[in-house]
Amino acid sequence: MITHDLVILGTGPAGMAAATTALEHGITPVVIDEQPAAGGQIYRALERTPVLDRRILGEDYWSGESLIKGLKDPQIDYRPASTVWQLTRQREIGLLHDDKAEMICARHIILATGAMERPMPIAGWTLPGVMTAGSGQILLKSAGAVPQAPVVLAGCGPLLLLLATQYLRAGVEIAAILDTTPRDRYRAALKHVPGALRNVSTLLKGVGLLRELRRAGVRHIRGVSALRAEGSGQLERVLWKQQGDDNWQTLETPTLLLHQGVIPNTQITRAVDCHHEWDEQQLAWRPRLDEWLGTDIPGIAVAGDGGGIVGAKAAAMQGQLAGLGAALALGKLTLENSTERAQPIRKALARDTAIRPFLDVLYRPAKQWRLPDDDTLACRCEEVTGGEIRRMADMGCRGPNQTKSFTRCGMGPCQGRMCGITVSELLADANQQSVEETGYYRLRPPFKPITLGQLAKAAEEG
Amino acid sequence: MFKRLSPPEATNEAVVTFRFDEQTVTARPGDTVAAALLTSGISICRSTPVSNAPRAPYCMMGVCFECLVEVDGNPNVQACQAEVRDGMHVHTQQGARRLTS
Repeated sequence: MITHDLVILGTGPAGMAAATTALEHGITPVVIDEQPAAGGQIYRALERTPVLDRRILGEDYWSGESLIKGLKDPQIDYRPASTVWQLTRQREIGLLHDDKAEMICARHIILATGAMERPMPIAGWTLPGVMTAGSGQILLKSAGAVPQAPVVLAGCGPLLLLLATQYLRAGVEIAAILDTTPRDRYRAALKHVPGALRNVSTLLKGVGLLRELRRAGVRHIRGVSALRAEGSGQLERVLWKQQGDDNWQTLETPTLLLHQGVIPNTQITRAVDCHHEWDEQQLAWRPRLDEWLGTDIPGIAVAGDGGGIVGAKAAAMQGQLAGLGAALALGKLTLENSTERAQPIRKALARDTAIRPFLDVLYRPAKQWRLPDDDTLACRCEEVTGGEIRRMADMGCRGPNQTKSFTRCGMGPCQGRMCGITVSELLADANQQSVEETGYYRLRPPFKPITLGQLAKAAEEG
Repeated sequence: MFKRLSPPEATNEAVVTFRFDEQTVTARPGDTVAAALLTSGISICRSTPVSNAPRAPYCMMGVCFECLVEVDGNPNVQACQAEVRDGMHVHTQQGARRLTS
């Protein structure tokens, strides 16, 4: 098995910045990414997007060009379209590329595996036609594809507003934005405005998006307190209630895009059993990290949203820090040198992330959007409802690994990615214990489907 | 339910064609199977093994596994992660995957 100095997983802003920083310090990294092209989700398909009118996706999207250019340095061993199906605490990595499996080893690993959208388990969310806002944006960036008929966007958070604006600029008809931000949240977030002013450009960007939507006359329905999707075999209509009104209102639409923020994608850090903490501010799990973003496993670090949601710009700064951390760990920099180089990055990072408390409070999804009703599916794969999870709690299940045995919840093809956080929160709520005490699924490789044939080929070619 | 801002047929680019069940689908090189299906008016790609409910691409980034299809006889392929290839055969995946395929 070949041992490399540094292996970086993911080519979002964190992974790309980590790679170029490491290279600056004499490390030639191997960079693995599942996607065929660099950029992660935020700069997805930047080099070959069919959306050529730059105004549609906006300036921030195109700012990823320089990071992607940096990744193209011939000294970087960049391996796109490669899936990681295994990672061990000894830093052995199982890769799958073009039907061929192989194992490589690393002295140091930076996981830059990013975020996923927080599940929004409402009634009818498994109907074809209901998707995430992120998926709408991926379709726009990578295929230049937009909803054919008036679309409904529902939920809260910057991505929802950004997508609505991008749709607007692309000429897509928006039937309505159903905003689930509770009305009292604006007042609660107010006290975080002074802190957020340290990152005034992001704050102004948000204000600009809202203004653009308002000027265009997009129907923006605030204070949505209940939401359901209906249709026979396919989405036909969206129903909602507004705070203080008991009547359901209806819109006919074939496409509903849901969003309530993003959470760290902890699938791999869980599988290697890094220590994780429940972040009460962001309502999500994140691996515990030290000042160089190292986990409690020697030689494994996490940069970017996978270690706690920070956003694209801060993720790139964390990538630089992790790159310096790798140079320090591999003996390319002294502690004094790396600390000195890290100082301005840490300062810029603090300034950029100063907006997080404001955003986290304003867009903190209310309980009814995180804890599904008794009749609503929590686990999409095995079709397990919120009610069944609550019943398991009544029967004495204290943690998600127990509910697995009773209901197969979390044991379908997505391996708990979609229901994990929901089940932890549901059990915690039903058992009146903290999410931290409740815990999370214990995960095992393979992380992604790999056939016996593919594994056998790896063994043959040893 | 999705349309392209500029359809591949309308540009000068080469197009990729593949089979989805009994129909021919046209896509742009570099598209994922899921994007190609959604922009061709195909909204359902599998049914669940539990209740046989129809499912469609949901997250488009490899997390939800709702877009599983059979590609050239291989079951459980994530349509949102697989790139289109000329002449590929994609099939809906009904219920549980078959061990014989």
